Amino acid sequence: MNSKADAHAYGAVAIALHWLLALAIVGAFSVGVYMHDLPFSPQRLKFFNWHKWAGVTILALSALRLLWRLTHRAPPLPAQILDMMPTWQRHAHHATHALLYGLFFAVPLSGWAYSSAAGFPIVWFGLLPLPDWVPVNKELADAVLKPLHQTFAFTLAALVVLHVVATLKHQFVDRDGLFWRMWPRRVDR
Amino acid sequence: MKTLLALGLFAGVAHAQPAATLVPTQSEIVFTSTQMGVPVEGRFKRFDAKIALDPKQPATGSVSFTIDAGSATLGIPETDAELVKPNWFDTARFAQASFKSSSVKGLGSGKFEVAGTLSIKGSAQAVVVPVVVTQTGANSIATGGFTIKRLAYKIGEAEWADTSLVANDVSVRFKLTLTGLPPL
Repeated sequence: MNSKADAHAYGAVAIALHWLLALAIVGAFSVGVYMHDLPFSPQRLKFFNWHKWAGVTILALSALRLLWRLTHRAPPLPAQILDMMPTWQRHAHHATHALLYGLFFAVPLSGWAYSSAAGFPIVWFGLLPLPDWVPVNKELADAVLKPLHQTFAFTLAALVVLHVVATLKHQFVDRDGLFWRMWPRRVDR
Repeated sequence: MKTLLALGLFAGVAHAQPAATLVPTQSEIVFTSTQMGVPVEGRFKRFDAKIALDPKQPATGSVSFTIDAGSATLGIPETDAELVKPNWFDTARFAQASFKSSSVKGLGSGKFEVAGTLSIKGSAQAVVVPVVVTQTGANSIATGGFTIKRLAYKIGEAEWADTSLVANDVSVRFKLTLTGLPPL
């Protein structure tokens, strides 16, 4: 959009995908934490299916987002911020983002595998049956894939918290305005 | 004496057809329900059959089943514990499901059409079941399947009657190994 004015800002597509996925991931994680020990009930059945549909949607959007990210350069950090950052922080900055991207795939893929192994194939939005890429194996589902999915999901949650805390620090402690790079801008300004 | 014995046998076996014996360990009754679009397979672990049928004279044959409703399993202990409750099979009141044939039609080359009454949870409905029989040595294998409307039998009541959660159509599939069935 007004890319000339904001050489240091993300593009509209990147911003839209960031916030859409932020909402979807926080939503799917919350539902996942809430539903896992619900008793047998229609609510449990609904939450499990909604969670799986959301997970597959997140996986698809993340693939789109990664493609977009690889074909559209992310804006570099402003020089004055880079100068202030110790080396470890620069490494942490890159590592956090790389890990976040890895988990955008690892969390839904491990959930999909868990669902398949448990004997419940995913039917996206109740309409599109997805292939099982892991055979039905209850032992594997309960002993390996369930804890794996949980570990990935909680690691992602921890990194999201770190990401948000870093943003708040930049915004309210450093007051460097870095946050606005990812905030939708008005086109007509 | 011989006549008496013959009479006794005659009374015990419907239509005087030779009786076949079910081999439970090589037989299965599987059902597939659809939960929010997801096919979920279950099975009955205990059932018995009384089959008196000469495949060459099917019209006089009879087939009946009793199925232990409490033996239904989806392979998940928490769910199986729910299946016996009043909303589902209500096994405290209806321990057994049953099928009793009213007619057996031979369609040739091992194919049959068995019509009869299926009773589950105190509800009786007419069903027609296509069956294919193949024979190897002394064993006969009968396979077939049909679809029932679960709500006609009140399987899944109250909040579970919602067909957007669990579809009304439930498909039933069976494979029965029999010994003693006369040749096709």
